[in-house]
Amino acid sequence: MRATAQDPRFYSYSLPASAIAASILKFQQPNFTRLRLSWGLSSKAKPPVTMGAKKENSDDEMDEKVKKYLRGDAANLEGVKDKKLKGQLAVREDLYGKSAKTAAKIEKWLLPSEGGYLEAEGIEKTWRIKQESIAREVDILSSRNQYDIVLPELGPYTLDFTSNGRYMAAAGRKGHLAIVDMKTLNLIKEIQVRETVRDVAYLHNELFFAAAQKKYTYIYNREGTELHCLKEHGPVLRLQFLKNHFLLASINKFGQLRYQDVTMGEMIGNFRTGLGRTDVMQVNPFNGVVALGHSSGTVTMWKPTSSVPLVKMLCHPGPVSSLAFHPNGHLMATSGRENKIKIWDLRKFEVIQTLPCHAKTLNFSQKGLLAAGTGSFIQILADFSGSQNYSSYMTHSMAKGYQVGKVLFRPYEDILGIGHSMGWSSILIPGSGEPNFDSWVANPFETSKQRREKEVHSLLDKLPPETIMLDPTKVGTVRVPQKKEKPTKKDIEAEMEAAIETAKDTEFKKKTKGRNKPSKRATKRREMIDKAKRPFLEQQTQEHETSRKKQKTNPETEMPKSLQRFVRQKAT
Amino acid sequence: MKVKVISRSTDEFTRERSQDLQRVFRNFDPTLRSQEKAVEYVRALNAAKLDKIFARPFVGAMDGHRDSIKCMAKNPNYLKAIFSGSDDGDIRLWDMASRRTVCQFPGHQGAVQGLTVSTDGSILVSCGSDCTVRLWNVSDANLADSDNLSDNSAKPQAVYVWKNAFRAVDHQWDGDLFATAGAQVDIWNHNRSQPVNTFDWGSDTTISIRFNPGEPNILATSANDRSITLYDLRMSSPARKVIMRTKTNSIAWNPMEPMNFTAANEDCNCYSYDARKLEEAKCVHKDHVSAVMDIDFSPTGREFVTGSYDRTVRIFQYNGGHSREIYHTKRMQRVFCVKYSCDASYVISGSDDTNLRLWKAKASEQLGVVLPRERKKHEYLEAVKNRYKHLPEVKRIVRHRHLPKPVYKAANLRRTMIEAERRKEQRRKAHSAPGSIVTEPVRKRRIIKEVE
Repeated sequence: MRATAQDPRFYSYSLPASAIAASILKFQQPNFTRLRLSWGLSSKAKPPVTMGAKKENSDDEMDEKVKKYLRGDAANLEGVKDKKLKGQLAVREDLYGKSAKTAAKIEKWLLPSEGGYLEAEGIEKTWRIKQESIAREVDILSSRNQYDIVLPELGPYTLDFTSNGRYMAAAGRKGHLAIVDMKTLNLIKEIQVRETVRDVAYLHNELFFAAAQKKYTYIYNREGTELHCLKEHGPVLRLQFLKNHFLLASINKFGQLRYQDVTMGEMIGNFRTGLGRTDVMQVNPFNGVVALGHSSGTVTMWKPTSSVPLVKMLCHPGPVSSLAFHPNGHLMATSGRENKIKIWDLRKFEVIQTLPCHAKTLNFSQKGLLAAGTGSFIQILADFSGSQNYSSYMTHSMAKGYQVGKVLFRPYEDILGIGHSMGWSSILIPGSGEPNFDSWVANPFETSKQRREKEVHSLLDKLPPETIMLDPTKVGTVRVPQKKEKPTKKDIEAEMEAAIETAKDTEFKKKTKGRNKPSKRATKRREMIDKAKRPFLEQQTQEHETSRKKQKTNPETEMPKSLQRFVRQKAT
Repeated sequence: MKVKVISRSTDEFTRERSQDLQRVFRNFDPTLRSQEKAVEYVRALNAAKLDKIFARPFVGAMDGHRDSIKCMAKNPNYLKAIFSGSDDGDIRLWDMASRRTVCQFPGHQGAVQGLTVSTDGSILVSCGSDCTVRLWNVSDANLADSDNLSDNSAKPQAVYVWKNAFRAVDHQWDGDLFATAGAQVDIWNHNRSQPVNTFDWGSDTTISIRFNPGEPNILATSANDRSITLYDLRMSSPARKVIMRTKTNSIAWNPMEPMNFTAANEDCNCYSYDARKLEEAKCVHKDHVSAVMDIDFSPTGREFVTGSYDRTVRIFQYNGGHSREIYHTKRMQRVFCVKYSCDASYVISGSDDTNLRLWKAKASEQLGVVLPRERKKHEYLEAVKNRYKHLPEVKRIVRHRHLPKPVYKAANLRRTMIEAERRKEQRRKAHSAPGSIVTEPVRKRRIIKEVE
């Protein structure tokens, strides 16, 4: 069941030339308008003269790279009648093709590092290779990144990394909050809040993080100073931060999903999911929708502007135990209590693959490796041929008593962070991280000046919450005027129910001096519910009237033939 | 077992000394960035708003004339200077940077009707309603000398008297012939006191004249009998004539596409024609609400500026049907002449209230030295704004212009009238036999006939 309400701001209705241009061109010019096409490198970088087969390989590689930068198919200009528009579009298409080719060509100059890999020789299998043997083969700096931090008395730990992978926030259930600089393995600050901490999430940079504590959520500084106490969220089970929108999403003990804008402190959305308590929540990084996994086996996807979920899909026969999204936004991995992991294609909402695997926690890496952790065992799955057919790549078992709570890949590094019941660990997974970062997107070597500049720029580019939609590439396209699709009765009812629920939730001011009588409160509550219902009832009565009027305008059919000439003719 | 893990050494990725620049690494992979289109939309919205905040097109007014300004001329060799002639015979040379008069050229007894400068910048030709043509020496040396004294006046190099009052003058682009328009079209040489050649087709006065920048022997004129005539000097007879429904006040050739010219007409529109094919206008530019008095092309050939009787100056794209920009001030009365500066950044308008006004061609442009990073940022913002300018919120901001109330009301009235005409035409068509009423395209509608 899907409820779609498109925000009119991001679509154009008229069809001027530029609108058709934007809609027909399904992809956009990459974000390098600064790239000069007359860059001499493109002419200098001639492919070496090789044998025919080799040349074909490099051509294929080049084609793949070009495809990556093209962001979709070329537009079909056959149907365009307007010659002027056709000419303009053809020129633009040509330009896109050229810039994609140039980007593919200069890749080998621009990208300094190469990705990691693990190749087994002979009869060896990659999933039998242990971390110790990897540590022996790699350099000292990388082997330093393999460790176990044992903190047995402070409860199971959860982790969060900043988007550049430089800093980590670790939270122990019994109130231990720690910020670690992962590059120097330096403990920046640790505090003991003396309360249960259920989750921790970094905000837009390493200066701020939010901790979901026993009764409320708190936002802390890098120094450990408490900056804000977010009382409205209630006792939160999971926190997620949407980077582009500066929204902190939380799901609490009562199954209420809340979105709060951390720049202005405004509560954007407050929804009762109606599906009970759940602590499985993930953000899809591609389009910013929040997915919740429920104990009925359904996964619901939400956006901050609608009180009804966008998508509700039945994934497992039992409760969903964890959820993970691939960074390209098309793949989702879910695991249920029946010890199966399902890989879903989010474009068609179909299962691609089912793996017989336990998983209490799942996470995708930047390169598409899937980490599944249960008990004290972690399995890494990879799709080798790029065909989305996942198979076992590596495994890791920790000491017997350690219960894995959360696995999280570190961005831009080949490292997996594991939060378990006895502390946290980190292991090396070659080939999981993106080797080449973009300084304007996430810079692991950021100076404080660069961090400040980036903060200002990202605030200027802050997206309004209405831009969250299932397909984010639809912004700027022409909305085809459809025949007025009347929402089905079910949809209307669902919306009415949702409106009534939110109306029931409103809190009233506590009046004093004898004005706070229970009967008055009850009438006030009934009034609010009636107000919420009113627009729907008005719509219903209007529809009744129009249908009645339509019935009235056919008297000719009812009148006998002899009286036809007395029927009042409407002036045409 | 072969294994390799990502390991970055700090010195490769950070700078060595504090005086070095910070190292920047780029990876253009789309998967690293999410919601690109929404981010671009937000940037486009902000760019549109910033554009409006920085839109201050009025640079200054040049005050000095004592009567309305009828004509202006640009010196192609000297960027800062502009000549203007007014209705009391006063010709002045202005320095646009300081907005002061450099030199005055007194002499005309009546109104100065036309001004033009020869292409090498040495001779200024002026004609007036006192039946005289005066040639002035305005080479650089002369101007430099007269810089010291403001109010300096110069003596004419030559004065030629002829039979009738003149309405316009234009100089050939590559030669020493100039043409005057009056009762007939006369071709003069600098050194002869009588016209070398005369053209006459029709019995009405010619009111404007323009030489073609590409073909130095072709010139276009417009006359009071609502016609536009093309002459070829080599053939010594008129080449072609097109008669429209209303009179054309001024003509300008596109300097980058010299076969096209645009005519500023009395019926509030400008018509662009291809000189080889005069039966149909290439484009009709509609936006003014009163007669268009003057028109000038930008040296890039991509835009032109028009001044109209409705007290506004508009800038159009060379192939666009509607104006990109409108400039107006409470103090600016009927605009009689406009010029686009030779570096395509300024527009000068001369109007009835004795002032010349200097405007920026792009209202929110940053003047002065623009650093390369600033320039790239401006270009990026312009590009992203143009990509999303059809979306409702961005469009609303980009399109918004404040119009003076009379212009706004007149535009609404025109729109209502045109809509009404269109509806009536549609109904006539619907109620008559199919094919009996043929709608003429707008480009042809205003042309009565073409004559060889």
